[in-house]
Amino acid sequence: MSMPDTAIPSLADRVRTIATDAQVVGVHFLGHVPVFALGEETLLFAEGDRKVAVHGGGILVSASDGERIVTGGDDGKLMATDAQGQTIALATDEKKRWIDQVALGPDRAVAWSAGKVAQVITGKGEKRSFEAPSTVAGLAFAPKGFRLAVAHYNGVSFWFPNAAAKPEFFEWKGSHLGVSLSRDGRFMVTMMQEPTLHGWRIADQKHMRMSGYSARVRSLSWTADDAFLATSGSEQLILWPFDGKDGPMGRQPRVLAPSEARVTVVAAHPKQPVVAAGYGDGTVWLVRIDDGALIAARQADGTPVTAIGWEPSGQVLAFGTEKDAGVLTL
Amino acid sequence: MATPQANEKIPVTVLTGYLGAGKTTLLNRILSEPHGKKFAVIVNEFGEIGIDNDLVVNADEEVFEMNNGCICCTVRGDLVRIIDGLMRRKGKFDAIIVETTGLADPAPVAQTFFMDENVGAKTRLDAVVTVADAKWLKDRLKDAPEAKNQIAFADVIVVNKTDLVSADELRDVEGHIRAINPYATLHRAQRSNVKIDDVLGRNAFDLDRILDIEPKFLEADEHDHDHGHHHDHDHHHDHGHHHGHGDHHHGESSGLKHYHDEDMQSVSLRSEKPLNPDKFFPWVQELVQKEGPHILRCKGILAFKDDPERFVFQGVHMILDGDHQRPWKEGEERLSRIVFIGRELPEEKIREGFASCVA
Repeated sequence: MSMPDTAIPSLADRVRTIATDAQVVGVHFLGHVPVFALGEETLLFAEGDRKVAVHGGGILVSASDGERIVTGGDDGKLMATDAQGQTIALATDEKKRWIDQVALGPDRAVAWSAGKVAQVITGKGEKRSFEAPSTVAGLAFAPKGFRLAVAHYNGVSFWFPNAAAKPEFFEWKGSHLGVSLSRDGRFMVTMMQEPTLHGWRIADQKHMRMSGYSARVRSLSWTADDAFLATSGSEQLILWPFDGKDGPMGRQPRVLAPSEARVTVVAAHPKQPVVAAGYGDGTVWLVRIDDGALIAARQADGTPVTAIGWEPSGQVLAFGTEKDAGVLTL
Repeated sequence: MATPQANEKIPVTVLTGYLGAGKTTLLNRILSEPHGKKFAVIVNEFGEIGIDNDLVVNADEEVFEMNNGCICCTVRGDLVRIIDGLMRRKGKFDAIIVETTGLADPAPVAQTFFMDENVGAKTRLDAVVTVADAKWLKDRLKDAPEAKNQIAFADVIVVNKTDLVSADELRDVEGHIRAINPYATLHRAQRSNVKIDDVLGRNAFDLDRILDIEPKFLEADEHDHDHGHHHDHDHHHDHGHHHGHGDHHHGESSGLKHYHDEDMQSVSLRSEKPLNPDKFFPWVQELVQKEGPHILRCKGILAFKDDPERFVFQGVHMILDGDHQRPWKEGEERLSRIVFIGRELPEEKIREGFASCVA
């Protein structure tokens, strides 16, 4: 029942596919090498298809700054892995609770959470912690300054780990399951339990609500110039305009790349106005924002796409599904 | 859209029961028997169980309201997150068991499977299993609303510690359970020694299995309600006795004592005349919209006029799920039956409303 793809130009035959024997849960790049975080214990380096066992159990979360990948596991461990595949433990939860969230910040700072407690280790090795009113469901560093957005039930606590001041509270009723800040630091957006996004203009906490999705939004990506926020959660790629001072308020989103399947993951190109979108049926499309033109990078096969990411120069796209991984060099 | 590997949904069993009823004993029994299955177990306290073979996850029982204007639409935020995490390890376990605390409300747990698209796509609620203490349940039903919710919500009830009560006391406590929940399957146990197959793999939330509503109890209940039976008794929770109707021996109910619970009732409806779907659906929708907070569970089998197929449905608070199940068999009596379980249900209004749905 997939759409006739004949009209869509395809680069799928140029993709190098790697069998993973596990669900891919994250895509990162160490230098220029794509590295896939797998649901079960390991990181898979696309160079030499080398697997590095990192956790004694499932990998729940991962983040990267290009030099290392920091992973949180259901073994209660927070691990860092570098380009050589060297692994060190950054922290171990004393109760062996799941490491639910992880984020990397400026000056090699690492943030993570287990249960209600968000913790930070600065680049100098100083530790800070903050107990949220409920389980932490999202972490994101602000692009400037040393500040961490901690999403939880009924809002986001915007915390200065190096200051004694109470975190600034961005309140909105409901369960916030992920948070992201625009690169210019003007806007904060959360993914809610309901199929909506909630946003704030950080300067004045002005609210914005983005709705109309057919499912919970689980993937967000800001375009290179912060002009758009690309989102999953619908049978189209939804792009909210953030170029004006009010963000998307009173404006319509751009709706591109319709399909019968739902968009599951999105990654904006680091330089060009292009978004890579993965779908629940296994399709990966490159979508040009200006005119909605499509190029296929993976054909539908019924296997949901679970992770996607660009190499920082924008020359390589990597993606993963529930059973394999793909690397497309442009 | 058929996918190459038709993804089997992972069954989830919810284990409830008041403090001390024997939940953990049952859980340990399930985990330690040689059934060759692997479980992911979501518990509230580590320590009491420890089977190396299984994944054990700690939960926090965070109940979150949905922003949809419905006060009874709540989900368990921790389950949403944990099931997300577990499903990345698909293949490592065959089923999930959620053990709730003794004071937990089962409704948010069940609603999580209907309200969260991702959880619902990857897992299915198999049954709510409630462990009840044969000796103390009656007292808890008086002083602990949670205990009553757990009984009302159950698909399977394990009446545990039967060795601590006499045969008469046992019948008595089962009568109290039936007054609240007429359709749950009852199993008697000592030290939670039920057969694993009696609590797992029940498919109780599967529409195909709705007929497991035990008809004899529906009929007993029906008969009883014909009395229009509402004593004007004082509603003190401590008056220590229920108005029994122990003399109502309906042929097949074999000496079951019949009680009324003060605030939790079941309303059973039946119609031998076929129903008009254009009347029934608006009626039931409006009913659950208005009374949803009071309705814990409902289940029904319906015969619509000129419809060769049986329609089955079930619900939790305001959420309804229904579908055509199978053709009526030749010679099968085309009887429509519904049960609502809840608090302070407007019984007469429900009866009149249902009666007006006849085609």
